[in-house]
Amino acid sequence: MTKIAGYQRPYPGTQPNHLHPPYVSSIKRAPTKPLIPMPHTLTEVTGPVFGSESIDAKACDLTRQHGGEPLGERIIVSGRVLDENSRPVPHALIEVWQANAAGRYLHKVDQHKAPLDPNFTGCGHTVTDSEGRYRFVTIKPGEYPWRNHYNAWRPAHIHFSLFGPAFATRLVTQMYFPGDPLLSFDPIFNCTADEKARRRLISIFDWESTVPEEALGYQFDIILAGRDATPWEDSRSHGSK
Amino acid sequence: MSLQATTSQTVGPYFSIGLTRLKKDNLASTGISGERITISGRVLDGDGAGVPDAMLEIWQANSHGKYAHPEDTQNKNLEAAFQGYGRILTDANGAFRFQTIKPGSVAGPDDKPQAPHIAVSVFTRGLLRRLVTRIYFPDESANGGDLVLNLVEPARRGTIIAHKVAGKEGHLEWNVILQGDKETVFFDIGL
Repeated sequence: MTKIAGYQRPYPGTQPNHLHPPYVSSIKRAPTKPLIPMPHTLTEVTGPVFGSESIDAKACDLTRQHGGEPLGERIIVSGRVLDENSRPVPHALIEVWQANAAGRYLHKVDQHKAPLDPNFTGCGHTVTDSEGRYRFVTIKPGEYPWRNHYNAWRPAHIHFSLFGPAFATRLVTQMYFPGDPLLSFDPIFNCTADEKARRRLISIFDWESTVPEEALGYQFDIILAGRDATPWEDSRSHGSK
Repeated sequence: MSLQATTSQTVGPYFSIGLTRLKKDNLASTGISGERITISGRVLDGDGAGVPDAMLEIWQANSHGKYAHPEDTQNKNLEAAFQGYGRILTDANGAFRFQTIKPGSVAGPDDKPQAPHIAVSVFTRGLLRRLVTRIYFPDESANGGDLVLNLVEPARRGTIIAHKVAGKEGHLEWNVILQGDKETVFFDIGL
């Protein structure tokens, strides 16, 4: 009998529901019928593998993609990708995208009155090393208005996308900055009941990765689903109901 | 020590900036073995309107039923040129289309083969976490015994079985309906 060790299910309150009415876009897009719980099969415990041919080593520096220097405050964003069992996730592809220093995205849908920066695209990627470490050089993104509710503003954030080792570990998230006054008003940041889960989305200002006279360092560790010790049928999986 | 997985957040409306680089809507380059198929459809919201800012990600086995992944220890042939990964962005009408090969059957946890299927993640503005679903194939006798398909009430199974397109050989239609009577079946696999 082939036993498949699946991945752990999230703790209650640590992951958003699909429907979160304060985030207005979820109202017409979140499913209305309950999700159907299913075991992890070979399909879910495998997933796309990206070789070195998919990685451009220069893409981890978002400030060096054009002829000139982008405007804004240079920052270093670094951290580790770990699983829930505290094991580093090596060779994990990380894709990032963000607004420029003025809070404008290089995207046709973003038409708000802030300037584009000809020296900043806001797109990068990298891969974790053998200890799960990654590092990006970029500029601090600006806050920007959106139309979710009257006078709505998104706190400054960087989008992160990771595959991890399996289809079951796929994660897209956003990293925020400490002390941002907009965090308490943002329905996307506040999508989970668990306060500690929210706090983990906020990067930590970090002297060790700060480069003197060059860039402030922010630390952001990302945790992917970890392997379950036991097969699905008799596991102590939490929160799948 | 036990950690907790990072909270998922929406891809938002601007993900194409960061995610277009690894777009892939033709999984089956020349030389790949198997039956070539084109799958197309639309992503529709609760008003029946097309979702122009959605992204589908595909994960599938090759025509022998083997995943290009080290944990697939089945004694079946790998094909170096077949990765099994796809990423498709919807157009202004919420439409998508990709070309691939029909996957072979892979082992299930009960040692009974699973019916051929493609795993799909759906991302869009408005979804704080992805939606997970599968595409099964029409006229496939193995569907009746498939462990995952049998978790779905019979009336809803049709939402995850692609339809043949009349007069177009190798062409299948499959839609992602986010809400309503014909809502697509979505699975809870954790994250």
